[in-house]
Amino acid sequence: MAEIVLDKVTKKYGDGYEAVKSMDLEIADGEFMILVGPSGCGKSTALNMIAGLEDISEGELSIGGEVVNNRAPRDRDIAMVFQNYALYPHMTVRENMGFALKLAKVDGKEIDAKVEEAAATLDLTEHLDRKPANLSGGQRQRVAMGRAIVREPKAFLMDEPLSNLDAKLRVQMRTEVAELQDRLGTTTVYVTHDQTEAMTLGDRVAVMKSGVLQQVDSPGNLYNDPVNLFVAGFIGSPSMNFIHGQVNGGEVELPFATIPLNDDLKGAAGGDREVICGIRPEHFEDAELIGDHLGDGVTFEAKINLVESMGSELYAYFESGSEESGKVEEAASAAGLEALAGGDAGQVVTRLPPESKAKRGETLKFWVDPDRLLFFDPESGNRLKS
Amino acid sequence: MSQVKTAISDRARSERRLGWLLCAPAAIAMLAVTAYPIGYAIVLSLQQVDLRFPDEGGFVGLQNYGAVLSSDLWWTDLFNTIFLSVISVSIELCLGMVIALVMHRAIFGRGVVRTSVLIPYGIVTVVAAFSWQFAFAPDTGFINHLPFIADDKDWFGERFSAFSVIIMAEVWKTTPFMALLLLAGLTTIDDGLYDAAKVDGASAWQRFTRITLPLMKPAILVALLFRTLDAFRIFDTIFIMTNGAQDTQSVSILGYQQLISRLNLGLGSAVSVLIFVCVLFIAVFFVKFLGARQPDGSST
Repeated sequence: MAEIVLDKVTKKYGDGYEAVKSMDLEIADGEFMILVGPSGCGKSTALNMIAGLEDISEGELSIGGEVVNNRAPRDRDIAMVFQNYALYPHMTVRENMGFALKLAKVDGKEIDAKVEEAAATLDLTEHLDRKPANLSGGQRQRVAMGRAIVREPKAFLMDEPLSNLDAKLRVQMRTEVAELQDRLGTTTVYVTHDQTEAMTLGDRVAVMKSGVLQQVDSPGNLYNDPVNLFVAGFIGSPSMNFIHGQVNGGEVELPFATIPLNDDLKGAAGGDREVICGIRPEHFEDAELIGDHLGDGVTFEAKINLVESMGSELYAYFESGSEESGKVEEAASAAGLEALAGGDAGQVVTRLPPESKAKRGETLKFWVDPDRLLFFDPESGNRLKS
Repeated sequence: MSQVKTAISDRARSERRLGWLLCAPAAIAMLAVTAYPIGYAIVLSLQQVDLRFPDEGGFVGLQNYGAVLSSDLWWTDLFNTIFLSVISVSIELCLGMVIALVMHRAIFGRGVVRTSVLIPYGIVTVVAAFSWQFAFAPDTGFINHLPFIADDKDWFGERFSAFSVIIMAEVWKTTPFMALLLLAGLTTIDDGLYDAAKVDGASAWQRFTRITLPLMKPAILVALLFRTLDAFRIFDTIFIMTNGAQDTQSVSILGYQQLISRLNLGLGSAVSVLIFVCVLFIAVFFVKFLGARQPDGSST
C-alpha cells in the first residue's frame, strides 16, 4: 500500500500536443480516487503514466514516497485492470491470474493458493480451468480484477473497467468493486467517463478537461460546490441548467423570474453585474405540490414543451425565453460543455415528483429554491463565490 | 435427425441447391486441373510406359514403385530434399519472424519497409537462382573476392557448399513470404495484451515467448505448412545451380529426369506419386498434429 503523488506531471507528444498539463494530485494511502472527464480529457493518459505505460514528459511521479518516473511498469508494483480486460486468450483463468506471480518466480503452491483464494472471493472457482473466450463479459471482468488482486500490489489502476458491461451488470459490478476496494484497502485510481460511477464509487473525484485538472473533491462537494461551469455541467444528470441573469440591487433577474438573493449570493455577485446562473433540475418544484414551503421560494409560470416520465420522477422542460442564451452557449462552449454549446442553452429542465400534473403544451406554476442558485462568471466560466 | 431433415423449408432447399450450382464451375475446374492429372499419374505409375520403347508396355502393378523405393538414388534425393526443406524453412522462420516484428513495429516509413522487404519475393525464381549462381561463380562472382574467402573456392564443386548456396538463395527468395504470413498473425494480437504483460512484470523477451509466440501459433503453423510444402518441391534453384550434380539432386529433379530426360513415364509417374504422398503426409501432419487448436481453446 502506498500513496501516489503527481507533481506537475505533463504529457507532451512529439507533435507538441499536451495530453496532460501540469497535473498536481495527491492520492492518499488506501484512497479510492476517481479520474473522470469526457473522452480525450487526458484521464487515461494520466493513468498510463502512473502505470508506466506512457513516459512522463515533465514533472515527478512518486509511489510510496519513491520517484518512479524512470522505472518500468514491472518495477512499480502496481496492478492494472483494462477496459477490454486484456486477458491472455491462450491461458486459462488460473494461468491468467497467476501469470504475474509466475513471472515473479513465486513458488507454484503459493501461486495456486493465492489464485484459489482470489477466485473464491470473486466467485470464479468453478471457472478456473476455462479459457477467457468461454466466459461471459461479467466473468471476464472478474478475472481481470482477480489478476490484479492476487498480486497484492501497492496500488490498483483501473481504466474504465466496467464500460464494456451491460447496464444492469455494471451496477452490480460497481457495488462489488467498491466492496472489494473497501475490504482490501489498497490505493486505487479509477478512470471513468461515467459521472454516475464517479459519484458512487470514489472517496474523492478528480474532474479533468482537456488535460487540465479542474477540481478534486468529494462527490458531494463536486455536486454542491463546483468550481466552474464545466464541473457544474459535467457532474449531475440531467445536467445543471445555465441561465443568463442580471444582478440588480439584491435580486437576480432571470428571463422567467426575478429571484431575491441571500447574503452569500450577494457577496458572490459583489454588486450589479451579468452572471450565468446555475440551477439544478431538482431545485425546481411544482408549486402545487410544495405545500408549506411555498413562501420560502419564488414562483413563476412557464409553458412546458416536453415531459419525460421516468416512473419515479418527471423531467419537465420549458424555454427560458432568454434573449441572451447565446452568451450562455458561448460560455458553455468555452468551458467544454458540448451539449449546451450545441444550442440547448435556452432549454430549462426541471425534476418534478411523479404526482405533478405537468403536461406538454400546458402552462405550469413552478417554484424555485432561491438558496440553491450558483453564479458563474460569463467570461471565465469560474464560479463566483463570496 | 430425419425429422430435422424433412423440416427443411422449400426456401432453404432451393437456397442450398443454388449454393451447389454456384460452386459447381469452380469444383469442375478444380477436378479437371488437379484430380484428373493426379489420377492419370497414378494410372501411368502402375504401367510400363517408356516413350523410347513404345511397343513394350502394359500393366505392371507396383513394380515401378518397387524400382524407385529400392534405388539408392531415391533415398539420397529424399534425404537431400528433407535436409534442404528443414534447414531453409527453419532459417526462414527465424528471419521471417524478425522481419515481421520490424515491419509491425516500424514507425517511420512503414510502407517503404514493407515494400522493400517484399522485393525478393517478386523476382522470378529462375532469375534469382541465376543471380546467386553468378555471385558465387568461382571466376566471375564477387563472393570469392570478399575477405576471408578463398579466391578459388568452387562453391558448386562440393555437396555441402553447393547446398549452402542453394539454401541461401531459397531463404533470400522466400523469407519475405514467410514474413508476410507471420505479420498477418502478428497484427491480430491485441496491443493491450502487451500492456497487461508489462504491468504483470514481463520483460521484452518474456512478452515475446509467453504472449506473442503462443498467440501466433496458428499463423506460424500456416506459414510453416505453406513453406514446407513449397520447399519440399524445390526444383528451379537446384536445376539452375547444379542440375543435381555433386549429389544435390532433389526428388522433383529425379521425377523430372525420369519423365522428361529419360522419357520413362511409368517410373517418373511413380516418383511423382511418391512426392505427392510425401506432401500429403506433411500437410496432414501439420494440420492434424500441430495445428488442431486455436490458442483461445476453440477449434480451427
